[in-house]
Amino acid sequence: MRFRTCTSPHLIPGHSVGGVMRQVLYALVPGTLAMTWFFGWGVLVNVSLAILFSVLFEALMVAARGRPVLATLGDSSAILAGWLFALAIPPLAPVWVLLIGTAFAIVVAKHLYGGLGYNPFNPAMVGYVVVLVSFPRELSLWPSPEGLTNASLSFLQTLQTTLTGRLPDGMEWDAITRASPLDMMRESIVSGQTVTEVTRSPLFGSFSQTEWEWAGNLFLLGGLWLLYRRVITWHIPVSMLLTLATVAGVFWVIDPDYFASPAFHVFSGAAIIGAFFIATDPVSAATTPTGRILFGAGIGLLTYVIRTWGGYPDAVAFAVLLMNMVAPTLDHYTRPRIFGHSRDGHG
Amino acid sequence: MNSTYLDIIREGLWTNNPGLVQLLGLCPLLAISGTVVNALGLGIATIVTLVVSNSMVSLLREYVRPEIRIPVYVLIIASAVTAIELVMNAWFHGLFLVLGIFIPLIVTNCAIIGRAEAFASRNSVPRAALDGLAMGVGFTGVLVAIGALREVIGQGSLLDNAHLLFGEWGRELRIEIFPQEHGFLLALLPPGAFLAMGLLIAVKNLIDARLEAKPIPSGAPESQPATSHS
Repeated sequence: MRFRTCTSPHLIPGHSVGGVMRQVLYALVPGTLAMTWFFGWGVLVNVSLAILFSVLFEALMVAARGRPVLATLGDSSAILAGWLFALAIPPLAPVWVLLIGTAFAIVVAKHLYGGLGYNPFNPAMVGYVVVLVSFPRELSLWPSPEGLTNASLSFLQTLQTTLTGRLPDGMEWDAITRASPLDMMRESIVSGQTVTEVTRSPLFGSFSQTEWEWAGNLFLLGGLWLLYRRVITWHIPVSMLLTLATVAGVFWVIDPDYFASPAFHVFSGAAIIGAFFIATDPVSAATTPTGRILFGAGIGLLTYVIRTWGGYPDAVAFAVLLMNMVAPTLDHYTRPRIFGHSRDGHG
Repeated sequence: MNSTYLDIIREGLWTNNPGLVQLLGLCPLLAISGTVVNALGLGIATIVTLVVSNSMVSLLREYVRPEIRIPVYVLIIASAVTAIELVMNAWFHGLFLVLGIFIPLIVTNCAIIGRAEAFASRNSVPRAALDGLAMGVGFTGVLVAIGALREVIGQGSLLDNAHLLFGEWGRELRIEIFPQEHGFLLALLPPGAFLAMGLLIAVKNLIDARLEAKPIPSGAPESQPATSHS
């Protein structure tokens, strides 16, 4: 009688890199549609152009490095980086912002460091931070839903605005844009208003401006689906949002007139999409369970600190990049005990 | 010891360039390379310092005991830099104000004390002076290249403020490539300096790799030493 023998692996998991990336892409769909609903066609235009550019840069770099182009493009990681980058920038941003941001994301942050799996920093956030510090004016023009309703920018007009960087005749940036909730909170508090006065404004829903709240809810839905599919683990999102809420809560209790509520912080800006989609990047985040909890907590804390006392209204991108730097150290010191070994890893 | 004058020049300009290969003196290299004129001003000051300090160290090399050589080198370099600072204050006052603390900080440029220790203290005066000149020109070349890259990308001009260095006619030298408000701000910020530096090192390594990969012409083995050692 003959036994069939074969070497490991004996159980092949059902998901490849491409499979995981594509599930993250599906999870981004509801939030992206919500943003399109509120902010107009610009969101879709940006997402499509950014994906196009990222895939193009990815193909160029992979070809320049002498690797198989189609096989590498098949892992969809460039699509994901482009998509996340596009969601971070204002919907009517000119096309060269997209071009420069995706170039830095794919060429500098990803391939100069060795490609997927070797990049120490989250590529989409590197691209975003580069354009944020370089073009502060273009990156602050967030349209307001009611401004867009009055102006009713059609799909073609949006495309034209993105490509030329100029609004169609008879429209003004001031008429269709307004400060995002974090911007508004920061400026009002500096000018002496209290938090309650700001949140009582009709633009605000329960916690933040209505459109940001709804986009956040739908990204949360996508994130929960990713948790259910076990594409991501709970450690990073939970510890990040919990830390952000706790720190915000402590300061809010101390002085509710000056410091915004925890719910405002969680539902404004990029906190939710950051917690579920950006901080959980499997390459640049910490990988051990304890390391992930510390990594998420660090992002939450830094986000609050930079939002409240820093120079920029939102801080998730900076916090993620700063914590990416310490992720290898976190992994080193939180390595779990291997069965049969002592805690310090010997014998 | 046996290196020829041409070797010394090639070392300073290319194979052992202080900016691209030794990576010494990065503090002024990254801080002052915002525009071509700043870069050129600091580069020239560094060249003069290197030539003077290398010659002096070489002159005194027989008399300085090894135990106290480093303080003596620092004294020599500091005297040279102080003299240069006074000269710049007198004749290039605008540039002096722009460069500010980075002129006195030339004293701490590791490339200078490095050359004093590694070369000037064991070579004759003419060789030491030539080494100082070659290293200084190599350093200035890198400084100006980074300055040009950052100035063009960051504010769309070249040789802005050239009158600080060349007198009033220098205003004519300014070349505007595109209006300043379209500049890529990142290039003027500190990260831009690191990025430009990294790109230049990459280009140098690429050229070196290409040169090495080039097949040696088979028919001329005796011409090979002529191109690389004469």
